[in-house]
Amino acid sequence: MKKFFAQAYLWVVLIVMYAPIIVIAVYSFTEAKVLGNWTGFSFNLYKSLFQGGAGQALTSALINTLIIAVISSTCATFLGTFAAVGIFYTRHKFRKNTMNALNNIPILNPDIITGISLFLLFVALGVNQGYVTICLAHITFCTPYVVLSVMPRLHQMNPNTYEAALDLGATPHQALWKVIIPQVRSGMIAGFILAFTLSIDDFEVSIFNLGNNGLETLSTFIYSDARRGGLSPELRPLSTLVFVVVLLVLFVVNIYNARAARKKQ
Amino acid sequence: MEKHIIDIRNVSKSFGEHKVLKNINLYVKKGEFVTILGPSGCGKSTLLRCIAGFEQATEGDILIDGKDISDVPPHDRPVNTVFQRYALFPHLNVYDNVAFALKIAKVGKDEIRKRVSKVLKIVGMTDYEDRDVLSLSGGQQQRVAIARAIINRPQVLLLDEPLAALDLKMRKDMQMEIKEMHKTLGMTFVYVTHDQEEALTLSDTVVVMNEGEIQQIGTPTDIYNEPANAFVADFIGESNILDGIMLEDKRVHFLGKDFDCVDEGFEKSEKVDVVLRPEDIYILYAPNLAGQFEGTVTSCIFKGVHYEMWIVTDDKCELMIQDYNAFEVGSRVALIIKASDLHVMKKERLTNTFDAVMVDSNHVEFLDTKWECLPQEGISGGEEVKVHIPFDKVDLMDTVEDGAIEGEVRFILFKGDHYHLRVRTTSGNKDSIYADTKYVYDDRDLVGIKILPQDIEIER
Repeated sequence: MKKFFAQAYLWVVLIVMYAPIIVIAVYSFTEAKVLGNWTGFSFNLYKSLFQGGAGQALTSALINTLIIAVISSTCATFLGTFAAVGIFYTRHKFRKNTMNALNNIPILNPDIITGISLFLLFVALGVNQGYVTICLAHITFCTPYVVLSVMPRLHQMNPNTYEAALDLGATPHQALWKVIIPQVRSGMIAGFILAFTLSIDDFEVSIFNLGNNGLETLSTFIYSDARRGGLSPELRPLSTLVFVVVLLVLFVVNIYNARAARKKQ
Repeated sequence: MEKHIIDIRNVSKSFGEHKVLKNINLYVKKGEFVTILGPSGCGKSTLLRCIAGFEQATEGDILIDGKDISDVPPHDRPVNTVFQRYALFPHLNVYDNVAFALKIAKVGKDEIRKRVSKVLKIVGMTDYEDRDVLSLSGGQQQRVAIARAIINRPQVLLLDEPLAALDLKMRKDMQMEIKEMHKTLGMTFVYVTHDQEEALTLSDTVVVMNEGEIQQIGTPTDIYNEPANAFVADFIGESNILDGIMLEDKRVHFLGKDFDCVDEGFEKSEKVDVVLRPEDIYILYAPNLAGQFEGTVTSCIFKGVHYEMWIVTDDKCELMIQDYNAFEVGSRVALIIKASDLHVMKKERLTNTFDAVMVDSNHVEFLDTKWECLPQEGISGGEEVKVHIPFDKVDLMDTVEDGAIEGEVRFILFKGDHYHLRVRTTSGNKDSIYADTKYVYDDRDLVGIKILPQDIEIER
C-alpha cells in the first residue's frame, strides 16, 4: 500500500510538471486560434511557422536567440574559465576571497537590476543598442556561472600537475592548455550548457538591452506578441519543436555518458 | 676538486613575516645521492622547490652546473621533479604522461617511442603503456612519475617525499629500486624525506634540517654516530640524551658518575649533552662487578629483533636499552657504557637569552610582553639590556590564562629525568623560549608561560 502511494505521488508530480507542454504539443496539430478548440488534425501551424506570416517573425526571433546564446555562452565559457584559473592560483587570501565574493554578486543580484544597470551603462557610454550590447549583457551575467562550475574541477585537480608540466619543459601557456584545460573540461562544458540555457531563457536583461531597431529574442517577441492581441498560434508548434530538440539532446548526452562510463570500467 | 652540480649560497626564503629558510649553504656533487631530512614544516620541501624554480629565494643564489639560475623559469631549468602524490596528468595515459616532456620539446615520433619504452623498462612498467594512470596502484603511479621525470635526462632529479603515500612493504621495495636506478642512471639525486631510516638507507650524504636551518651535513654513519646536536641525535634513530659535565679531555660526568669517553676539546667543566644509543648500553643481571652503575627494569617489550627495555637508575633517571635478551620487569640490573659508545655534544645554549628594553626600574620588556623583575639599580627606563632566564625557571601553565604569554610546544626532548621543551610564543615575532619540566606535554600543546621576577637576570 505504501508502495502504491509512493508510486502515485511520483506520477502526480510528473503529470503536473509535463501536462502544460503535452497540452501545447497536442494542440499544435490543429488550426484553431484559441488554445483548447480542436478543429481537426492539421500540420498547417508547422507550415506557417516556416513559410512566412506571423511564423516568420517568430522563427527569426528564435534564430536571434540561438545566435546570441551561442556567442555569449562561448565567450562566457572562456572568460569564466580563465577567471576561475586566475582566482584559484591567487595566493593572497584576502584578494582571493574578494574575487570570489565579487563573482557571486551578479548571481545573487536580481536580473532586473542587472538589466537596468547595463542599459544605463550603455546609454552613458553612448553605445548604440543592438546585437553587440545584448551579447555583452548576456556574457556579463553568464560568466559568473561558468566560474562557479569550473572552480570545483580546479579544486579536485592535484595542484602539482601544473608545476609538473612546467617542470617537464612546458611554458606557462602550454601548461594551461595541455594540462589545466583538459582537467577542467567537464566543468567548462557544464558551464557552457548552463550559460546557453540561461541566455535562451533570459527576458529581463534582454528587454532592456535590445534597443529599438526591431531586434527581438524569443522571450521578448512572445511578450510583445501577447500584449498586441493574444499569443499567435504558431507558438504551439515552436514550443513543441524546442521541447523535442531538448529531449533529443538529453537523450544523446545520456547515451554518451553511459558509454563513456562503460568504457572506463 | 670534484664538480659541484648544485651550489646553494646564503639562500633565505620568507613567506610574508614567516622565515622558512634561514641562510642555507649547501653544495651537491655530480652523481651524488643527497637526502634532505627533517620534520614536517622544517623547510625541506621549500628548499627543493627553490631548486626546481617553483619558489624564488628571497635572498641568496642557487647555481646549477656553475650557472646562476635564480632568474631562470622552471621550464628552462636542467632539473626534473618527482612530486609528492605523483602529480600525474589524469587525462593522459601512461605513454602520454611519460612522453609529455619530449612532445613539448618537439622530438620526433620514432625517437619518442624508443625513449618511452626505454624508461618504462627501467622502471619496470613496460606493459602498461595504454593504461589509464588513475587505474594504477600507488607504487605503479610512482614508477610512472619517475619515468616521466627521467625521460628528459635531467642533470639533477629532485624527489619530494616520493614514497610517503605508499605502505611500509611497498616503500621498502621502492627504496631499493630507487637506489638501483641512481646507480644505473648516474644522475644526481636530491631526495627530500621526513623518514630518517629512508635517509640513512638511500643516501651518500644526509642534510638534516630543522626550523629552516641546516643542523648537520654528513654521511649516514657520521650523522648517526656523531650527531652534531641534541636535535639530530633525537631525530635520527633512538637515543638517550642526558645532561653532563665535561671534567677534562676524555672524561665526562653524568648519571652521578664519572665516565671515560673519547671526546676532547671542551672547556673544563663545560655543560654538555651526552648521547647514548640504546643498543650501545651493556646490560647484565646485578650484582655484577663489571657494572658501572645499577638500575631496575620498569618495562620490557619484544620488538622482533630485540627487546626494548626502560630502566630507572638509582638517581631516578630513565634510560632506554635494546638487547637481544629479555630482563624481567622489576629485576635489578648492572649497566656498562664503553668509552667509544658514548658521544658528547656541545650544548646549543645554556640558558634563554633575549634582547630586552627596560620599561622602568622594575619592569622589563621582551618577547613582546612587559615582565616584572627585581628593582634594578642604575638602569634607567628605555635602556637596552640582555635578560637571561635559566631553562628550569620557565614555568609552564596548563591553563593558558595563568601565564603572562601563550606558547606552543614545538620540540620535546626527554633528558632521562626531565623534558627539555622548545615553546614558541604565539604572539609578535613568534620567538621561542626553552624550558625544562618534569611534566609531560605533547607536541603542539598550548601552554601559558610564567617567569617569576627573581628569575629574570638582567645584564647591561
